[in-house]
Amino acid sequence: MSSKTSETTEGRPVEEAAPAEAEDVRAPLAGLPHALIRAEGAGVQFNLRDLWAYRELLYFLTWRDIKVRYKQTLMGVAWVIIQPLMLMVVFTLVFNRFVGAGGGAIPYPLFAYAGLLLWTFFSVSVSSGMNSLIGNTSLVTKVYFPRVFIPAAAVGAGLVDLSVGAVLLVPLGAYYGVGVSPALLLLPGFVLLAAALALSVGMMVAALTVRYRDLRHALPFLLQLWMFASPVIYPVGVVPERWRWLLAANPMTGVLEGFRASLAGTPLDWGLVAVPLAAAPLLLAIAFYVFRSLEDTFADII
Amino acid sequence: MEPVVVRVENVSKRYRIGALHPAYQTFREALVEAVASRLKRLGRGDDDDGAATLWALDGVSLEVRRGEILGIVGRNGAGKSTLLKILSRITRPSRGSVEIYGRVGSLLEVGTGFHPDLTGRENIFLNGAILGMRKAEIKEKFDEIVAFSELERFVETPVKFYSSGMYVRLAFSVAAHLEPEILIMDEVLAVGDMAFQQKCLDKMNEVRRQGRTIFFVSHNLPAVTRLCKRAVLLDGGRLVAEGPPQEVVNRYLSGSWKAGAERVWEGADAPGDAVVRLRGARVLDGRGEPAAALDVRRPFSVEVTYDVLEGGHALTPAFEFFNDEGTEVFTTHDTGEAWRRRPRPRGRYASAVRVPGNLLAEGTLIAHVSVMSHFPSTILHARAKNAVAFQVLDEPGGVSARGDYAGPMPGVVRPLLEWDTRADETVDGRQ
Repeated sequence: MSSKTSETTEGRPVEEAAPAEAEDVRAPLAGLPHALIRAEGAGVQFNLRDLWAYRELLYFLTWRDIKVRYKQTLMGVAWVIIQPLMLMVVFTLVFNRFVGAGGGAIPYPLFAYAGLLLWTFFSVSVSSGMNSLIGNTSLVTKVYFPRVFIPAAAVGAGLVDLSVGAVLLVPLGAYYGVGVSPALLLLPGFVLLAAALALSVGMMVAALTVRYRDLRHALPFLLQLWMFASPVIYPVGVVPERWRWLLAANPMTGVLEGFRASLAGTPLDWGLVAVPLAAAPLLLAIAFYVFRSLEDTFADII
Repeated sequence: MEPVVVRVENVSKRYRIGALHPAYQTFREALVEAVASRLKRLGRGDDDDGAATLWALDGVSLEVRRGEILGIVGRNGAGKSTLLKILSRITRPSRGSVEIYGRVGSLLEVGTGFHPDLTGRENIFLNGAILGMRKAEIKEKFDEIVAFSELERFVETPVKFYSSGMYVRLAFSVAAHLEPEILIMDEVLAVGDMAFQQKCLDKMNEVRRQGRTIFFVSHNLPAVTRLCKRAVLLDGGRLVAEGPPQEVVNRYLSGSWKAGAERVWEGADAPGDAVVRLRGARVLDGRGEPAAALDVRRPFSVEVTYDVLEGGHALTPAFEFFNDEGTEVFTTHDTGEAWRRRPRPRGRYASAVRVPGNLLAEGTLIAHVSVMSHFPSTILHARAKNAVAFQVLDEPGGVSARGDYAGPMPGVVRPLLEWDTRADETVDGRQ
């Protein structure tokens, strides 16, 4: 900037004190947000401050996803309960026989409903997260905001569905005689862990789908496999001892087990829970890095 | 001098042409491509396969001070939208950097993020948030936005039931209430009916008075000339001109129509036949100076110079005037007594037509020139399409058909007509 005193003082309105030095020309800009946009090769810019500045948008995008999902449906939000409920009925009829005592301390229908509720939240969040960027092309190519909010809103909407679906746990629990215990206080923690895992996977698949649409074909199938590899409809107890470690390596195992244990007040297997506790923050950091490093190319290739 | 709020330094943007066309890539293609390009690179020792890339922007630098309205003109594909996308942080430059002070609001499209299933009210909130408004801010301005859109009765209706005009009106109303320090606008004024466009231009003038900085891309050249204090011309990704909007617009016109206020034909390439050869054409303002920008109120002339190579023909020079939409505004030919039906001797001639002030609408005009003989039968001797191009400009506040009105005035002519308004006793008495 080449502004000299002589230029800066001439005929300026009074509300701005005439700057005395070239440096001071920037003084009126002091309170303004400052952005430096660097070239693609200059590395990943995290723009963490933007996440905060645009935080309300996360709320609006979540709100939109929920609103839109049940517009022009007869039963509206009731679908959130109907889906896992029907699955629970089916699995109870089919599986209860094979699994026998099934859920151990927890009656099988309650066991299955809780598992299906949490798993549905996870898989719906991930798969709608995957489609979220490519389904919002005009947002990506026409306006700036942290794109992370798009898959995050998918998880947010899933959380709302989960809370609605969780209402049914109250009559179910009462019917099967499960009492209220202090372990219930841990419940939000496990929901949070599931949300963190869903967000991590959702962010990564969303970003990769922008470039490689293969995932759209592969992911539904992979999620199905993942469900059967997680103790959603069967308890950890039915898995042979020598395969347990494989089951435990799946972070969703600890989340599902912990979720149900805190619900029913049964003892927690901290060994299982430790896996998602360690994996969630790590995955989240990796996913955010992957997402951010691909984010700047979204508008160019979507 | 106001501080610089946007500094664009040597910004370039490269697109892989290959990546622009296929809708998406699959893993298999990516694998094959990665291996192939690595092999190619090994062979040549560089990573820039020039044939497959397109420089949408090429070393653009500019500075914009607070409160400036910068017009950006250029043909389609010149890099205007890419520049705006980089400024809005939608995409990053391949080289160079951009520094911005202040909250940026960008309107690259009207109604970004509108959802058809949501109601007008819901979309106002959603769209406002997407454009960077705070919830509290939207709440505060909600009534104002609805009033601006004139859609009070439809606020609770899903926008999929709106007509396209209503949709655009609602979308623009939200956008018009955006109050960023820096506003980036891409051709959004090209939508909506005339009355609504007027409101938007008024709003933009208001924004300008508040000392905000605006980047304005438009094909509406008179609007650029009228609203901006400075303009830049992009061509092929490069910044080729910068300065007062009128100069930049003229430069753009002469580049895009391959015609300016003056045209000279030399040697055998000059249009014509054995009888007539065109030598030149030009647009002259009231003082007889060549001019590419003309005041709507002042008369001007268009002149053609030609050589008559064969004597004995009665010749009639003619002009056809088109606007930039290709509409023929009028044609005119020499009906003066001096040479009417009179065979001309060989020699050089200059014929000029005087166009009165307050006749043409503002905008770009392009003239075709021809010389023909009507008598005894019509023969076209010489014709040059797009011989000259010029702009007619109209400023509000003067003695012209525009008066104090600053908005768009449709029509190919803009005559200044006499109006008479009386205070009528009977009108008064009626109440």
